[in-house]
Amino acid sequence: MTTATEDVRTELTVRLSRDVDAAFPELVSSYQQAVYTTVLRLSGRQVDAADLAAEAFLRAYQALRRYPPERVRQLKLRPWLITIALNLWRNQVRTATRRPAHVSLDSSPEPPAGSGGPEEHLRRRELRTTVAGLLAQLPETQRLAVVLRHVVGLAYSEIATILHCPEGTAKSHVSRGLQHLRALTTDTDLQEELS
Amino acid sequence: MNSINTDEDPVIRSLGELVAQPPVGFDHLVIARYALVPGPLGEVFVAFTDRGISYVRPADQVEQDADRFAEDFRDRFGRPIERAGRPPAGLVPALRTGRARELAFDLRGLSEFEQAVLRKALEIPRGEVRPYAWIAREIGRPKAVRATGSALGHNPVPILIPCHRVVRSDGQIGNYALGPAMKHELLHAEEVDLEEVGRLAAAGVHYLASDTTGVVCYPSCRHARRITPPHRVPFGTLGRAVEAGYRPCRDCRPALADTA
Repeated sequence: MTTATEDVRTELTVRLSRDVDAAFPELVSSYQQAVYTTVLRLSGRQVDAADLAAEAFLRAYQALRRYPPERVRQLKLRPWLITIALNLWRNQVRTATRRPAHVSLDSSPEPPAGSGGPEEHLRRRELRTTVAGLLAQLPETQRLAVVLRHVVGLAYSEIATILHCPEGTAKSHVSRGLQHLRALTTDTDLQEELS
Repeated sequence: MNSINTDEDPVIRSLGELVAQPPVGFDHLVIARYALVPGPLGEVFVAFTDRGISYVRPADQVEQDADRFAEDFRDRFGRPIERAGRPPAGLVPALRTGRARELAFDLRGLSEFEQAVLRKALEIPRGEVRPYAWIAREIGRPKAVRATGSALGHNPVPILIPCHRVVRSDGQIGNYALGPAMKHELLHAEEVDLEEVGRLAAAGVHYLASDTTGVVCYPSCRHARRITPPHRVPFGTLGRAVEAGYRPCRDCRPALADTA
């Protein structure tokens, strides 16, 4: 994260502490992608990621209205929001255990097309779909660590906050998750494309 | 931001491409909106979410103050709200015509019973009134008359869901979420003849039948209002009307259960 964006985010907590309602729309627009992506990639199509992410922002809003200003100013907004979403997700999964967990392999909304021709585009799309599906086979902590680090792009300190563990442990969850994921990808028919 | 050279690792690069954009309008799943629109008795503030209209207050009751309305909404629903660019489609015509059945409402937070009561009240046409017992019976809870009154009293979307069209069977207009005086004014504005309703109730008349059609109605039913005086047959109970060979109206649906 660059220093410039860090400044903007720090300022947002101050503005939230002064007037939640004035600053809240910016909280949503700044972090909706991180929260939504985390829920979507962690759960596949197990839950409605948009509804769950929206509910997380709603809970955040209610907390921000309750918290004293000094507490709001100290919040690390991104890990805080993601933690709220994860708690909601776990509760939802727990109460819905009757329904079998289902992760669709073809659940990736299209990211913006990168460089390369149509063939390259297709190949990358296939790999993306495969990787999205294989994520589901990782143990939950590894999956979460990998998603937070390499999909959402969080710092290890933020991941450590979310996982309630030291930074070193967060790093090892990420690297073991990644190893695991590589092992899984070599088991698939996309092996040659990865080498 | 990230020291790993993603070009060298297709798995990491693929992971990076899994960033997903929330659906368009995601912010409105979280943040409600409100508009100030003309109502039958002056302007009203109307709040709505992605699912529908969730809160209505006459502007007079918040001293025309949008901030006060917004704060009232936030306290009540624990949800952020901001001013809308424009009111939701159909809202202004619904307020003008008194017909809101096509509008979407967001009644989350209310019990199933309360929602059933309000959806039933939505069916009462402009210019007509029904007893509390009618709602209770129509939703399959004939004994829950008092609870019906209570659900209507907590209607978060008055005027649009016309709880003012539900009155006591003794001819009194009964309580109202926005005060009995407002209920009176709203019914008056819809040209409900409250004096006639009161006069009939005082005389023990709760139904009017037509000896030409053989149909018996609530007095405010549009079919009852069309009966010319020489053909109008008053009844105190529906039982008497049925005994006399009259068929309950299919539109206003009086039924035996609420003759008590």
